[in-house]
Amino acid sequence: MDELEKMLLMQIADLHKVPDGAYNIRKNGEADGRRSTPHIRIESRKDKKAGIDIFVSGETKGESVHIPVVITETDYKEQVYNDFYIEDGADVLIIAGCGIHNCGQATSEHSGIHTFHVGKNAKVKYVEKHYASGDGNGENVMNPTTDIRMEENSRLEMETTQIKGVDSTVRTTRGVLAAGAELVIREKIYTHGKQFAKTDFSVELNGDGAGADVVSRSVAADSSRQEFYLRIDGNGKCHGHSECDAIIMDEANVVAIPALAANNVDAELIHEAAIGKIAGEQLLKLMTLGLTEQEAEEQIIKGFLS
Amino acid sequence: MLEVQHISFVAADGDTDKEILDDVSFCVDEPFVAITGPNGSGKSTLAKIIAGILTPSGGKILLDGEDITGLSVTERARRGISYAFQQPVRFKGLTVKDLVSLAAGKRLTVSEVCSYLSEVGLCARDYIDREVNASLSGGELKRIEIATVLAREKSLTVFDEPEAGIDLWSFQSLITVFEKMHERTQGNILIISHQERILNIADRIIVIANGKVQKNGSREEILPGLLASRACPALAK
Ligand SMILES: Nc1ncnc2c1ncn2[C@@H]1O[C@H](COP(=O)(O)OP(=O)(O)O)[C@@H](O)[C@H]1O
Ligand SMILES: [Mg+2]
Repeated sequence: MDELEKMLLMQIADLHKVPDGAYNIRKNGEADGRRSTPHIRIESRKDKKAGIDIFVSGETKGESVHIPVVITETDYKEQVYNDFYIEDGADVLIIAGCGIHNCGQATSEHSGIHTFHVGKNAKVKYVEKHYASGDGNGENVMNPTTDIRMEENSRLEMETTQIKGVDSTVRTTRGVLAAGAELVIREKIYTHGKQFAKTDFSVELNGDGAGADVVSRSVAADSSRQEFYLRIDGNGKCHGHSECDAIIMDEANVVAIPALAANNVDAELIHEAAIGKIAGEQLLKLMTLGLTEQEAEEQIIKGFLS
Repeated sequence: MLEVQHISFVAADGDTDKEILDDVSFCVDEPFVAITGPNGSGKSTLAKIIAGILTPSGGKILLDGEDITGLSVTERARRGISYAFQQPVRFKGLTVKDLVSLAAGKRLTVSEVCSYLSEVGLCARDYIDREVNASLSGGELKRIEIATVLAREKSLTVFDEPEAGIDLWSFQSLITVFEKMHERTQGNILIISHQERILNIADRIIVIANGKVQKNGSREEILPGLLASRACPALAK
């Protein structure tokens, strides 16, 4: 691995070296290392599509899978399908992420389509980071799609972060939950320059005791744009909460469009949305501690997105 | 030493101008100086003018002989002014540890943060990683606000009604914080308060009413009259 690839891996997966446990590293469309373990099997797909199938056995307890994607070529576009089959009762940490470094003039694009089949009583933590850099004028585009199907009493916690360098992104997440299943999503987004980020979440709560808690925190600076579509359908005695909390700066523009659909008299659904600039008194408080206005702004944003 | 010289402050109130402070002058050169006076008399306005948050319509502020009237909030903070807000600010995402570290101007260890929190009567381990957000009660926020100021250890510390929002019972324990500060401070403390127990440890008491300094003297001179007027306001007139 060269220095650039190492840097990208650090950013998206906190990886300094080959990870422990199961992993699959994808570099410019090629497999760059793969390891299965007794409980976690990684295989190339049977259909002709790019990507992998990941089988997590029910014996898995507290193991991790790393599946980072690194792109260092300009004018490179790919669509990758990764399917996760998580057996009943498994407990696993999945760390995905995409890092693009584009020095060229043309667009580099990665669209990852991740499908999760989460078995009964399984517990999954899914961490996904998107990062891009580059010194050319080429655009970095990432369109992650996450399709989550959860069986009875399973739990999936998804942490998705996009802090830097991605020029355009459409992030689509679908969740379909059976009774007692619990989906928690924490999204963090920072956009600047002329970047555009769209978040499109929709969750169906299809059984009694199903629950979803979706929170998006974002900062939009310069003339960047963000759009949030958050929808929860309650089709049983379930509870859903979605929240969109955005700090807007400069000439940025943020649109939040929540939707709640209650199709059962016992569905409890809540949405909260707040968009606003950094409160003047927050800046003042930090300035009375000796920070400049700019330093105060940075600390407030850092805290907000941490 | 802080010198407040002929400070006035006029706020636009609809079409008319409202005089909130009128020719206020005093000096803070004893360790512990208290300002008291009725609500709405201009005390918080004065504190904000000292911190640089508001610009006075006239007059000067001197810190250790230097005219700081034209300096920004940041520059004054760096020259040694600390200011504890009457209404503490909430931050989504910043933790108590972050805020106290920012106040100290360096990354503090857990045990350093804990010692500041213990001083203001918070059980440190429960708070250190909490966000300074709406989940904290008014009293908790107020204590954290005081801890940030303690962490700065600067030459002039201004407290605006530290008792506000804290129930009387807990306030008794906070008094010792101020007593300790009084004993060991190298600089000056200026504290706006209505609390007799605070006024009781002041070296000097300044009474502000209707935007003017009404009285300014040693505790022995001022306090007895204040207590008498509170017991029976009609008699004091
Ligand atoms: N920006 C402002 N515009 C108009 N009136 C103000 C402004 N700030 C404060 N005031 C008024 O000035 C008076 C003094 O306020 P303040 O300094 O908060 O008093 P205190 O702290 O002594 O209770 C009050 O009547 C208040 O309503
Ligand atoms: Mg006040």
